[in-house]
Amino acid sequence: MLEIISSQWPSLLSGLWNTILCSVIALIGSLIIGTFFALLEISKYKVIRIIGSVYVEVFRNIPLLVIAMAFFLIVPMYFTKISGFTAGTIGLTLYTSAFIAETVRAGINSVEAGQLEGALANGLTTGQAMRYIILPQAFKVIIPPLGNQFINLVKNSSVLAFVAGFDLMYEGNMIANDTLQTIPTYFIVGIMYLIITLPLSYYMRHLEKKLA
Amino acid sequence: MSMIEFHNVQKYYGKFHALKDINLTIDAGETVVLIGPSGSGKSSLIRTINGLDPIRDGQLIVNGFDLADKKTNVNLIRKDVGMVFQHFNLYNNKTVLENIMLAPRIVLKRPEEENRELAMQLLKKVGLENQAEKMPAQLSGGQKQRIAIARSLAMKPKCLLFDEPTSALDPEMIDDVLDVMKDIAENSNMTMLVVTHEMGFARAVADRVIFMADGRILEDDSTAKFFDDQPSTQRARDFMSKISGH
Ligand SMILES: Nc1ncnc2c1ncn2[C@@H]1O[C@H](COP(=O)(O)OP(=O)(O)OP(=O)(O)O)[C@@H](O)[C@H]1O
Ligand SMILES: [Mg+2]
Repeated sequence: MLEIISSQWPSLLSGLWNTILCSVIALIGSLIIGTFFALLEISKYKVIRIIGSVYVEVFRNIPLLVIAMAFFLIVPMYFTKISGFTAGTIGLTLYTSAFIAETVRAGINSVEAGQLEGALANGLTTGQAMRYIILPQAFKVIIPPLGNQFINLVKNSSVLAFVAGFDLMYEGNMIANDTLQTIPTYFIVGIMYLIITLPLSYYMRHLEKKLA
Repeated sequence: MSMIEFHNVQKYYGKFHALKDINLTIDAGETVVLIGPSGSGKSSLIRTINGLDPIRDGQLIVNGFDLADKKTNVNLIRKDVGMVFQHFNLYNNKTVLENIMLAPRIVLKRPEEENRELAMQLLKKVGLENQAEKMPAQLSGGQKQRIAIARSLAMKPKCLLFDEPTSALDPEMIDDVLDVMKDIAENSNMTMLVVTHEMGFARAVADRVIFMADGRILEDDSTAKFFDDQPSTQRARDFMSKISGH
């Protein structure tokens, strides 16, 4: 096992780096896009609400692998060449954003209606009320489920392996094939995922305590 | 000059006709008390004035803006028309001081120094200057309501709407809140519309008393006529004997 680590160190490290990069991009992207679609879903205009829920239902009800494949195969056919890393990261971002939209929407709904009315009556626009009053309270409530989404996201980033995204899982597959040391290789890969997810998990718990 | 004008206003919740043919004018500087049994439409009426609830039909002019006109920017009305709620609706994620300073900062762009000074002044006015750094959850109901009033006053509104500001409070806290409201009514030229069943307050500070039942305005009397003489409708007289009975 140590032998694999020492001989395959560069590819493992580059896989780890790509997994972290993909996760960070998808985490930030899905948080922004998810929040955006959560706001669409609670709009007072029916057409906008429908757009929001169609988006959410489409992306959370199709397997991530299919979404990633779609970007990897279809986008180059009609639009532009994209790398497996890009296609996989976009797929992961959109897929996760649908779940985050649902989480954020539940968070917003958990804030009592009086908070919005108080803010509107005080002269704030709906947007300002969301930004300063509603969303901060909503996010405080949804930190635990959001933490779960983020951890799932890191693990789901292994979808990159199927679209040649050069992530940790992809490099693991390669090493396992080359060395035929399947079990030790995937053991190491598993440990390396833990290196990302455990601190993330710890940080979300810390945030939860701090804001409570 | 009139601050609020209802002309044949109709309001519905779905098929339910909540406000029927409302005609009402409130002049700038007037203090008007609105009473009526539960479900008569008091909250509905007061909430249409700052656009929290829409009207179906008729004309509603507030501070010169027509609320029935879809092009009217309700935020321009809300800047000058504050509202105090039964359940306070303080911002739970902000300190007392931030509750008061937020809207003037982001809506009026009031300079920070001036904003803080005014906020502290208002806290003093409502007798809570040493609570500035507390969170709303740490305050009693009466304190929360006085902060909510200070928050409204910080916008320097021309008009304040109160929807049962003391009915969620323990009895011993009611007077603290009413005293602040009396002070505003007597020492400023604020237009005030107050839904309340505090008849002592109404008698002391109201210029007029309006009585509603079943979505209609049944009485619009001077305070003297309403209390010293008596209301003209039987419905209002029954209501008065009921609430003075307990
Ligand atoms: N959002 C709503 N949807 C449907 N019906 C409503 C809604 N709000 C109020 N109503 C109905 O409209 C009528 C008037 O309600 P409103 O709250 O204005 O009365 P109120 O005079 O303020 O009563 P209370 O003294 O209990 O506060 C009631 O019959 C009520 O059930
Ligand atoms: Mg009411």
